[in-house]
Amino acid sequence: MELILGQIPWIVMPIIFPLIGSMACFLFPAKAKSLGLLTSLVVLACVTRLGWQLKALGSLRYPMGGWGAPLGIDLYADGLSLLMLLMAALVGLGISIYSSSYFSRDKARHFWPLWLFLCGALNALFLSADIFNLYVTLELLGLTAVALVALAGGADALIAAMRYLLVSLLGSLFYLLGVALIYHSVGSLDIAILAQRVEPSPAMWTAVGLISTGLLLKTALFPMHFWLPPAHASAPAPVSALMSALVVKASFYILLRMWLEFFQTQGAAFANFLGLLGAAAVLWGGIQALRQTQLKLLIAYSTVSQLGYLFLAFPLGTSIAWKGALYMLFSHAMAKAAMFMAAGNIQFFAGHDRIAELGSITQRLPLTLTAFALAGISLMGLPPSGGFIGKWLLLQASIESGQWWWGIILLLGGFLAAGYVFKVIAHVFTHDEPTSRTVTLPATMEWSALGLALIAVLLGLFTYWPLAMLEMGSPFGTGHSG
Amino acid sequence: MSNIYLYALLGVGLFILGIYSLIVYANLLRKILAINVMCTGVFLVLVSLASRNHNVQPDTVPHAMVITGIVVAVSATALALILMLKINKAIGKSEFPDKDCE
Repeated sequence: MELILGQIPWIVMPIIFPLIGSMACFLFPAKAKSLGLLTSLVVLACVTRLGWQLKALGSLRYPMGGWGAPLGIDLYADGLSLLMLLMAALVGLGISIYSSSYFSRDKARHFWPLWLFLCGALNALFLSADIFNLYVTLELLGLTAVALVALAGGADALIAAMRYLLVSLLGSLFYLLGVALIYHSVGSLDIAILAQRVEPSPAMWTAVGLISTGLLLKTALFPMHFWLPPAHASAPAPVSALMSALVVKASFYILLRMWLEFFQTQGAAFANFLGLLGAAAVLWGGIQALRQTQLKLLIAYSTVSQLGYLFLAFPLGTSIAWKGALYMLFSHAMAKAAMFMAAGNIQFFAGHDRIAELGSITQRLPLTLTAFALAGISLMGLPPSGGFIGKWLLLQASIESGQWWWGIILLLGGFLAAGYVFKVIAHVFTHDEPTSRTVTLPATMEWSALGLALIAVLLGLFTYWPLAMLEMGSPFGTGHSG
Repeated sequence: MSNIYLYALLGVGLFILGIYSLIVYANLLRKILAINVMCTGVFLVLVSLASRNHNVQPDTVPHAMVITGIVVAVSATALALILMLKINKAIGKSEFPDKDCE
């Protein structure tokens, strides 16, 4: 303990810096772009430094201001939080680079403070050690996300933002009611203490039901996904990337954390139910994505489908399954952010995102289409890519535990993903006359999309580090118990 | 003891009433109010469950939670209201259009 206190508390830095940066951007709008980029770099550096610390310690608990558990706020980090933080920092840097050229001066004034605020809320969420603190960060995240969706300004975007806000608040209230019941029956909010004290009881079942409902609504698991496609598709491109890559993962993270710590005692039937919903999401999202005529809606439905995979790990429950799901989550974040950025480039260049008319544009945007295709490889789960490794681990877990039927869903989902990715990519090979439009696309917008897509593919080649990261502090317990 | 559960049940009742109005009414202002009623319901549950029995001082942690919750609810309501006004300006009514409900 002396050793930790003697050093700089790196665990606090990923929360503090975005908040400072956010205020600075708000106060000095003229400098917002460079301040935002700087903050994203600093956050990535802090997360890396925290990772270094965790490598030695395994897991880390830090009482903010030295107040301690019942009164003050504790932060907690282990391999799972680190993976989420790293994902947020990498995607965040990509989004910051992309946004530095995407927004007009007027929009940028609003974008940067909101985005950095969201970044701070996200990092705080991944580091929270108690369930009420998670509620607060969840709300901060929801409110900033809604404001960012509304940034596009049109009637569609406003309506999507309003619907998203109502869904988000509804989800949070379910969660809070669950928290109230848990506090009443256990007498603590701290996740570590809850993990020791929770015993199956009607109050706990109700609480688990309420909390899960709230979080699933926010994670947009089928059939509660109705709000996601309009909200993600009508937002400005970097915001869509942010929403699909990071924001929906936050509520999933909370559910996963609670599940690993104290939910899983609540019975296998519920796990199977989550798995079934996940399977339905994979298929339904894939089919809907195939039916779309607009690129951004296609990508948004693909998110619904990809989120379904994450829930297949619940009925399997082994540590391989969790690793597979988290690998999927990490590579999906990179790939989906890249894909939305690529779609943003196409819209920026062509002025529309109708898939049928892409033929004449594709030849003018080779880098963007490469980014789209690379991201598509990861979404389909073709080797070598992060998506492939994730699916492989899930498949391995499903065969090892004798529940092979989940493996079929993985394969079907892959076919559907191939279908909707090629629906777009096919336009590269048409003989349409290249359009004579002379919009120049900023290089940062093309390269940031390509960079994230490359990370998604490289994750399939460098599997050692991410998997070793997930071992830190053994968030999944030891051995196969999950 | 029974008093406590009476208030808690009242809170749950408000919560359910809020969900009902949120789903049934089309007007956005009513939806926003419904969310607020739900918030109040949850706060009532929190506050009433804080006193486990009459002799002991009530637990202060749920009270702190409610205060934080109120701050969150006020900010969320402010955001919702400004969005509603903007929607009213853009489409001329404070309701969701029918067609985009999938």
